[in-house]
Amino acid sequence: MLSYITRRVALMLVTLAAVSITTFFIIGLPPGDYVSTLQAQAESRGEEIDQQRLAQLRERYGLDQPFIAQYGKWMSNILVRGDFGESFAWNKPVSSLIWDKVGLSFFLSVSTLLFVWAVAFPIGVFSAVRQYSAGDYVATFFGFVGMAVPEFMLALVFMYIGMRYFGQDVGGLFSREYMDAVWNFGKVLDLLSHLWLPILIIGMSGTAGTIRITRANLLDELHKPYVVTARAKGLPEWKLLLKYPVRMSLSPFFSTVGWLLPGLISGETIISIVLSLPTTGPLLFGAVLSQDMYLVGSFILILSTLTVIGTLLSDLALAWWDPRIRHRYEGG
Amino acid sequence: MATGETILRVKGLKTHIFLEDGVVRAVDGADLEIRRGETLAVVGESGCGKSMMARSILRLVDRPAQIVDGEIWVRRPPGKGGNSDGAAEMVDLVRADRRVVREVRGKRIAMVFQEPMTSLSPMHTIGDQIAEVILLHEQVTKQAARRRTIELLGRVGIPAPKVRVDSYPFQLSGGMLQRAMIAMALSCNPELLIADEPTTALDVTTQAQILQLLRTLQKEYGMAVMLITHDLGVAAQMADQVAVMYLGVVVERGDIVSTFRSPLHPYTQALLRSVPKLGLSAGARLAPVRGMVPHPYQRPSGCPFHTRCDSFMAGKCDLTVPELLRQDDGREVRCLLYDGTAGAGAVAPGAEGRNA
Amino acid sequence: MRDTRGASQWRLIWRRFRKHRLAMVGSFIVLLIYFVAAFAEFLAPTTTGAQNENFAYAPPQRLHVFDEKEGFGLYVHGLSSKRDPVTYELLFTVDESARIPMGFFVRGEPYHLWGLIPMDRHLIGPTDRGETVYLLGADRAGRDMLSRIIYGARVSLSIGLVGVAVSFVLGLLLGGISGYYGGGPDTLIQRLIEFLMAIPTLPLWLSLSAAVPSGWGPLTRYFAITVILSVIGWTGLARVVRGRFLSLREEDFVTAARLDGCGRSRIIFRHMVPSFTSHMIASMTMAVPGMILGETSLSFLGLGLQSPAVSWGVLLQDAQSVRALETAPWLLFPGIAIFVTVLAMNFVGDGLRDSADPYK
Repeated sequence: MLSYITRRVALMLVTLAAVSITTFFIIGLPPGDYVSTLQAQAESRGEEIDQQRLAQLRERYGLDQPFIAQYGKWMSNILVRGDFGESFAWNKPVSSLIWDKVGLSFFLSVSTLLFVWAVAFPIGVFSAVRQYSAGDYVATFFGFVGMAVPEFMLALVFMYIGMRYFGQDVGGLFSREYMDAVWNFGKVLDLLSHLWLPILIIGMSGTAGTIRITRANLLDELHKPYVVTARAKGLPEWKLLLKYPVRMSLSPFFSTVGWLLPGLISGETIISIVLSLPTTGPLLFGAVLSQDMYLVGSFILILSTLTVIGTLLSDLALAWWDPRIRHRYEGG
Repeated sequence: MATGETILRVKGLKTHIFLEDGVVRAVDGADLEIRRGETLAVVGESGCGKSMMARSILRLVDRPAQIVDGEIWVRRPPGKGGNSDGAAEMVDLVRADRRVVREVRGKRIAMVFQEPMTSLSPMHTIGDQIAEVILLHEQVTKQAARRRTIELLGRVGIPAPKVRVDSYPFQLSGGMLQRAMIAMALSCNPELLIADEPTTALDVTTQAQILQLLRTLQKEYGMAVMLITHDLGVAAQMADQVAVMYLGVVVERGDIVSTFRSPLHPYTQALLRSVPKLGLSAGARLAPVRGMVPHPYQRPSGCPFHTRCDSFMAGKCDLTVPELLRQDDGREVRCLLYDGTAGAGAVAPGAEGRNA
Repeated sequence: MRDTRGASQWRLIWRRFRKHRLAMVGSFIVLLIYFVAAFAEFLAPTTTGAQNENFAYAPPQRLHVFDEKEGFGLYVHGLSSKRDPVTYELLFTVDESARIPMGFFVRGEPYHLWGLIPMDRHLIGPTDRGETVYLLGADRAGRDMLSRIIYGARVSLSIGLVGVAVSFVLGLLLGGISGYYGGGPDTLIQRLIEFLMAIPTLPLWLSLSAAVPSGWGPLTRYFAITVILSVIGWTGLARVVRGRFLSLREEDFVTAARLDGCGRSRIIFRHMVPSFTSHMIASMTMAVPGMILGETSLSFLGLGLQSPAVSWGVLLQDAQSVRALETAPWLLFPGIAIFVTVLAMNFVGDGLRDSADPYK
């Protein structure tokens, strides 16, 4: 098990290295580097910029050096000092802008993930066990619909309904009085009361997909010989289902975190923009529009890192859950 | 050999598979009887409904298959932790409620399947899966169930049972797994063990070991065994009684010695001719059963075997469904040759049914 | 058994596919939508550019076929508008007395079919050229939503096809290399795929599109977006190809071909590829909706295609503000078009996958 974890962590580090190089490549994509952008910006405002400060910045980011050296500089700044660079649109260090947003984003994504499981799993099991029943048809239909509606479209529809029939703005995560308040119990409650709608919208397509996967997996397992064996023991049907095929069909659950999580973060990004939630979405969007590349790159880097870690955790959970996986690695 | 009370009687069992393109009559009126302690071999070519019948007995058939008719009489289970096995009344599993069926499963009748590798859950230890049966049918503590599991594993010849009890199926060989399956089947002292081709998926040496084990355990536990096999050699070696199936129907039934020595039904005769024997001269050819098993959707009219039968009587075999006819020596055969009209040539269908 | 190649394999798939009722309905709808996209200029009542400020946010007009006085005949009621004195918004009321007669194959806004053939006939429209009719309502600039949705289908649907074609080439190539050669190349490509799958797509799309210069014209932008979508989208297809290659490599018929002394490319293209074409087609069909949704999301955020180009995502951009939605809920109609298209394509993909599976 230990060697498995070590190997997985090593693989993860490789992936993260690739992510960071890509990110840095993206940062460098738009014409002109950070400092010249800053300079141009200042000049367009008619300001003079201290040449010495510019030189300092060039030095800090290694802008005169080749790509690899720049990358090394950028990475070591992040790793050693937590310095993600400077956002010129905000004129602030990137790290001061993003952490609480990233926290909320991830909180939202993970809540959605739990929601998706809590809803999709029982429905998927039911749908498979009662294949071709009315309930199964409803679930299947919902599965198709849920995957066909773009998330932002759903958000628009909810916004329209909220406005038209309830005269209420459904956007945001906090009521006005808590918007800038410090965290307290009331603020947490307020957050929770605002949270269900984004979760519902973001989780829609994931729920639909997971229902379909659970159903298909369980249908595959339901007629396996070991189920017949269990039945021949005299086990009651529901107990049997839960202990054997359902347990088996849960394995892919853990392995789907790897694709579900990036999808949820994508969904979260666009929904946050539409519903103007105070998460990474709108900030990233703004940064993209103004080509604030250090900010953009940092978001990609952090979101990807969190996703990769989430995937690793789900793989470890899978190994804990499924003895076949566990033993494959224990054996060597 | 055995003359005990009847513990299983199957009458006119019909299990049909309802597919999109038609209905496959996998079991179409099978009749069987097993007495305490005896071994019945059910033989026949692949696809003749042996397995489907075995599963139907424990009501294990799943959609799209369904038991459509017939009776399956077994002794009523004593209930969890119940009293003695005295003279229990019989109950028809086809009509019994689900609770009774569940109590019969694993307790009165246990089953061993063809492929041990897929018949055990890979997610649970062997011990867990065996102890489960004990805990289900008897009022014992978990520790006691585990102790008994270890003891059972030792009985079926698994080395180091105290270690193996915590192994997962994928850590054991096919032969070991089949032993574990047998241990599981034995765990509640069933009066009947249905073994559905228990050695087909194993290599030859292991096959012999498993069969030997079954025979030893049968004596030890005094249980009856229904052995489903397509291997006539295995049947001859193991069984007291034999039932020959063709297209979902039992065409011949009797004690194994006389049946194999002087088979009555043309199908049994053909089957036996297809088996190599010691002392057969080197140049002699084996005679396979002529023709092919008919397509499941196109079941022949009349006697299902008439399309391949050497003694086919036109105008009779293809029109009349033969009854199961009892012979003087107690054997039974389902063939119009024995209905007493065969010699008389063309007789109006409907005159059959008299015992020969 | 599996390698019953050629006609019989396809006939088998077709027979199974035909039984899949939803998939049949889905294919019919998909074909219809592609047909509409192909003949957009003719099928749309007017062009995308035709606008009339006096009809900003005009509501949809119902098409009537029967009139009590005049009997059968297509017409819509006219709209009368007045300006709200406070908000300066145009308020429309249906004028029951005014009738605008409609007809088929009428003359209207001139256009070039496929950019080549000059025409001015439209499938449906007001018989009087001077009238403007909005069957699905009008947008902020008084442009016809129906026409814009029909034109938008062209871009949105073709981006799906082109994107999938590009990812298909990438996926087949890299997946094939990975699956056939195994070893080093396989590990490398696998890592690449895992890496691309680990990154949340939308943020990645966003940042890549941030790098697309805003000065680019619609056509270059179109290709840039397609490339961005497919650079990320090929991984799924590559996985399918690799998986098939890996399992096929061990199949007896491939070994047989190898023992017969067939060359590598012959083994791949004559023996291996035909045996999973059906799977590939199913996977591709299922990848198209993802591409369409991707384009739509990007354009919706203003980072994909941009006005005056017309795609469903671009159209939905107008629906972004709640205020606009409140006055003109019909701005969501492009969303319904997306929904129907994606739903139908999923049905088709599902049916294809089920019927391409030899084990069912």
